[in-house]
Amino acid sequence: MKVLVPVKRVLDYNLKVRVKPDGSGVDLSNLKMSINPFCEIAVEEAVRMKEGGGGHVAGAASEVIAVSIGPEQAQETLRNALAIGADRGVLVKADGEVEPLAVAKLLKAVIEAEKPDLVVLGKQAIDDDNNATGQMLAALLGWPQATFASKIVLQSGKATVTREVDGGLQTLDVELPAIVTTDLRLNEPRYASLPNIMKAKKKPIDVKTPADLGVDVTPRLKVIKTAEPAKRQGGAKVKTAGELVGKLKEAGVL
Amino acid sequence: MAVLVVAEHDNASVKDATHKVVTAAKAMSADVDVLVAGSNAGAAAQAAAKIAGVRKVLHADGATLAKQMAEPLEALIAPLMANYDAVLFPATTTGKNAAPRVAAKLDVMQLSGVIGVEGADTFVRPIYAGNAIITVKDEQAKKVLTVQPTAFKAAGEGGSAAVESVAAPSGPFKSAFVSEEMAKSDRPELTAAKRVVSGGRALGSSEEFHRVLDPLADKLGAAVGASRAAVDAGYAPNDYQVGQTGKVVAPELYVAIGISGAIQHLAGMKDSKVIVAINKDEEAPIFQIADFGLVADYKAAVPELMDELTKAGV
Repeated sequence: MKVLVPVKRVLDYNLKVRVKPDGSGVDLSNLKMSINPFCEIAVEEAVRMKEGGGGHVAGAASEVIAVSIGPEQAQETLRNALAIGADRGVLVKADGEVEPLAVAKLLKAVIEAEKPDLVVLGKQAIDDDNNATGQMLAALLGWPQATFASKIVLQSGKATVTREVDGGLQTLDVELPAIVTTDLRLNEPRYASLPNIMKAKKKPIDVKTPADLGVDVTPRLKVIKTAEPAKRQGGAKVKTAGELVGKLKEAGVL
Repeated sequence: MAVLVVAEHDNASVKDATHKVVTAAKAMSADVDVLVAGSNAGAAAQAAAKIAGVRKVLHADGATLAKQMAEPLEALIAPLMANYDAVLFPATTTGKNAAPRVAAKLDVMQLSGVIGVEGADTFVRPIYAGNAIITVKDEQAKKVLTVQPTAFKAAGEGGSAAVESVAAPSGPFKSAFVSEEMAKSDRPELTAAKRVVSGGRALGSSEEFHRVLDPLADKLGAAVGASRAAVDAGYAPNDYQVGQTGKVVAPELYVAIGISGAIQHLAGMKDSKVIVAINKDEEAPIFQIADFGLVADYKAAVPELMDELTKAGV
């Protein structure tokens, strides 16, 4: 079984987000970029399907292909996925903003060439917080989807997926090929070892362009302003629980 | 322009999130219809018809819609969009699961987690876990939005819209419901609660989490929430998680106990009216946004707070 894992290069999740003073966007210059944490979980899950572990039998996946859409530097993100254990990479080189709809179209084209049985991807990217690419890809392919997965059990011709939903947990069967998007509790990604990081440098990355795949990536939405969120006035302290209850009564919330 | 709102409901009743999304829709257009897609959902459809300002309720009923899964919702909603210029889903797990499928089917780029409507084609939404707010112009012929319900006031009752039946999709579909484990609780639902008591990693164990938070929540009539750290550590179930990747809440009173205040948690609760933080670490970032901070060990502070609440007649 072939597994395809799309990965996105985003601002490192430990870094503070700074809005440009002129409101034209978020300042990313000279800041560390990393693999989107949800994508990292997706890579880890796919690699476990190949190596065994996390409830998967070794060999359940025969090959893990990582795909990234982004600038030249997204190669680093792919190397990261290869160091975790993906076998090879595909970079679709696109500078500037590529919206989830265009990403889904590009992935569809890659999938039609690669013919994977399963696509595992992060439920959302921590930069644009769209939570849309996986579902859009499923619709474009006419495949079933199981989003927000906290557990994946592979069986013959299907996957049984437990999803984190508002009221608790929901379990679905999806026929393969299918799309699964990962939630935080699916697994804890490993730290890539130095030998594996070295090995990853030798793994092949195939580079394509949106034109090669016949996809128009012109954005549909226009961002007209980027602003800092309104600052919340806080910081007052109380000394005792009694004083706290008094303040809450004054505020009219008790 | 005509706008369709996809109702959040449990077949028996419509959730408050629906009323809030109706308010967002009314900021775009006067012509707002509500879709109730479910199984034996007649009662929910009738309830939707009573929401003030709703023009018409579309009621699709069938076994394929029993769990409101993404594939049947796409099959139902995409063709209905011939009659609408925009469709709004609540940004709940049901809405977030289905909306992008509909958008892709219509070849539309979706707007996710909208918190402001500035006109029929201009919207406000957070990115980077709420660390930046963007204003976006959407000039596509059809629009697909998920709307953050907590950002809007609930539409009132008093409407009397007609209910029109539409056919449920017949399938077959390639995904099948197997089972669910839903939390059973007498407490209010987290996203709709007027008061929320939340615990963090400082609680140290699942037993301690419930020992400390449950009585306080019951005293306040509050829902119980948790930080991502507490959920990841297994102290609380996933559906308790408040934050960027969990639930967004905006109650009148939010009490954070043993929560340091990571950015991703703040993104899920900073619109609460009054925020109380109890933490023994004076430097915890949660104090910067809390209206009332109490620097104290929760082990002593929560029992004292319970006593003081009792004294105050709560």
